[in-house]
Amino acid sequence: MSSITDQKYAPGEHPDLPPPPGSIGVVGWLRHRLFSSVGNTILTIIAFFFLFKVGNAVVFWVFTGATFTGETQDACTQGGACWLVIGDRFHQFMYGLYPQEEYWRANIVFVLMVFAIAPLLFDKLPHRGKFLIFSALFPFAAFYLLSGGLGLETVDTANWGGMLLTLVLGITGIVASLPIGILLALGRRSNMPIVRTLCVCFIEFIRGVPLITILFMASNMLPLFLPEGVNFDKLLRALIGVALFSSAYMAEVIRGGLQAIPKGQYEGADAMGLSYWQSMRLIVLPQALRIVIPGIVNTFIGLYKDTTLVSIIGLFDLLGIAQVAVADVKWRGLAPETYAFIALLFFISCFSMSRYSLWLENKLHTGHKR
Amino acid sequence: MSAETAQNARGSGGASLLSDQRFRSLFFQALVIGLFGAFLLFIILNTATNIEKRGISTGFDFLAAPAGYDIAISPFFEFKATDTHGTVFWVGLLNTLMVSIMGILAATILGVVLGVLRLSPNWLISRIVYCYVEVTRNVPLLLQILLWYSIFLGLPSVRQSISIWDTFILNQRGLIVPEPIPTDGFMLVPICLVIAIVGSFIFSKWAHKKQDETGKIYPVLMTSIMSIIGLPTLAFIVTGFPLDFAYPELKGFNFQGGLSIKPEFTALWFALTLYTAAFIAETVRSGIQSVSHGQTEAAEALGLKPSWTMRLVILPQALRVIIPPMTSQYLNLTKNSSLAVAIGYPDIVQSFGGVTLNQTGQAIEVIFITMLVYLTISLVISAIMNWYNSRVRLVER
Repeated sequence: MSSITDQKYAPGEHPDLPPPPGSIGVVGWLRHRLFSSVGNTILTIIAFFFLFKVGNAVVFWVFTGATFTGETQDACTQGGACWLVIGDRFHQFMYGLYPQEEYWRANIVFVLMVFAIAPLLFDKLPHRGKFLIFSALFPFAAFYLLSGGLGLETVDTANWGGMLLTLVLGITGIVASLPIGILLALGRRSNMPIVRTLCVCFIEFIRGVPLITILFMASNMLPLFLPEGVNFDKLLRALIGVALFSSAYMAEVIRGGLQAIPKGQYEGADAMGLSYWQSMRLIVLPQALRIVIPGIVNTFIGLYKDTTLVSIIGLFDLLGIAQVAVADVKWRGLAPETYAFIALLFFISCFSMSRYSLWLENKLHTGHKR
Repeated sequence: MSAETAQNARGSGGASLLSDQRFRSLFFQALVIGLFGAFLLFIILNTATNIEKRGISTGFDFLAAPAGYDIAISPFFEFKATDTHGTVFWVGLLNTLMVSIMGILAATILGVVLGVLRLSPNWLISRIVYCYVEVTRNVPLLLQILLWYSIFLGLPSVRQSISIWDTFILNQRGLIVPEPIPTDGFMLVPICLVIAIVGSFIFSKWAHKKQDETGKIYPVLMTSIMSIIGLPTLAFIVTGFPLDFAYPELKGFNFQGGLSIKPEFTALWFALTLYTAAFIAETVRSGIQSVSHGQTEAAEALGLKPSWTMRLVILPQALRVIIPPMTSQYLNLTKNSSLAVAIGYPDIVQSFGGVTLNQTGQAIEVIFITMLVYLTISLVISAIMNWYNSRVRLVER
């Protein structure tokens, strides 16, 4: 230090001094973010204490006190979680009551699904165009593989379950609700009063009631609405309910995108002599949908979580099959373990989707952010 | 297109009609109405035949018929199995409103606290809140309700109840708290509370007017808080503590006395509160962050106290951003309370829309009434919030 202070400099020639040692590096960070004031220090200590207590209990329950090996519940004596039920029931959690010898079909669908969804998520993928054709064909292939017929053994939809059913519900819901949502959003912004009124009534009605009442309606009232002899199976009824429900929310997301497109774009399309559908298809929708992709992903996360409600009307989705496992007399009182495992599965998928949505938002905003 | 052909096109009948936008729009709307009407007719005819074939009775007569089943939770009035389905409706509606309102209150408090903590300069605190928010938001609510319910059912049995100072009893049948029993003169307390609230309101109006006229500032907030808390307390003391408590006591196989809060209610309330609080926390955080830092600096430059900066500059601007999404969170919570059906909390969907529907088989009427209830609640909440929103909205030229 003395060498710096002793030396004399011409005005303006003094070299920059290093920042005080306490304000940089780990020490500086700790000081700034954890111990900046007395109140802050107390908060930090409380938080540490809380983390220690909770962390300790969680680690004991999940790892150190838990039982991982054994055959029956009698093996669980350590006081922590009894994870044996997960291992015992794992196949059901994945496939529900799907026949064991046909699991390979569900597995193929899982793998194909990855290849079908990847090109939709990432636009820099090589050969994306070819993959997109595959994505469009995927639902048909998946339906054929899962339900059978034409050389494959038929599997009744009542036996679909677990993760498989959750994915079927989620993906069908989003695929069906996107086009319906676009039509509803266009209808709501239409100049024709009757079309607009119908769309507004439908959207506001669906958004005003809980999903469970719509599912009740689909499972109790739909059979009454149809002519004699025509009957949908339970899964299709639930799918109709879920698709109608999410299409109303989708319509509102897409309407946000339509409103964000400057009026000049609409007028420009009109000036080019394009018809209504041409201008929507070529000019407005491509821009509007691009803006609202994050919103669509968020709607999808909501839809994916909401698929658990079908367990109330008697379908065995991931949560429905977990409730079956909880009610099993062979594994008594293991509800927290089972539900925690299901929660982990949902958390992983929903959290990664929300991260994806954030990433996309940042990507789409490049250049516009101030 | 040359002028000649354009004239030709206009001249020939069919083409002119088709290229007339007004005609097309009329035609299209007529088509839509026709299709919609045909669709409705199709459904109504089918329903009529189906109802006749299955021998389902129609109309709303079932509302006057005895329900024939018990409802475990009816805190506002006694419900007997001989009561009608119409009474079931009111019990269910009150239960829905009770859990929704309590959920909204608790979720707002917890959510605002979490949202502010999320912005805390303390890294550890904001990280903990971040983890909480992400975990709760990304797990389905129904799963959380079932998880809480299973935890509450896993509590010790009645014999091994957890007792806190012999006042609060916790066991697998629920939480039992002392029941307050008002005695003579207790009515004065709520009367004083109403007087204090009205008085504070008038005082704040008067103080605002005075401030506009003279610039003198009166301590409105402190006076209001003091009078709203102080006046009822004073009345309570003056009338000689007119409140008794019935403490729970173990008699036979169950506790007698006290208010018993059933695990169904607690599980639903906990799950709804914790789930919605995570969303509210994010709303509050983004609202506060949306107010630019320049506003704080400008307020400081004007010499405002930090508490005034928050109250007069930051909060009014943040509220403008916070209120619309907050409204939709409240609506979501109310609609999500219908998940009660999964754990048997007798809200409107579980009791009226579930058991009554199964007993009477009149799906159309029951589901129609149930949906109408939620639509009404939605409309009322959004009307209130829109009114409030219009009050805090930015007034532009």
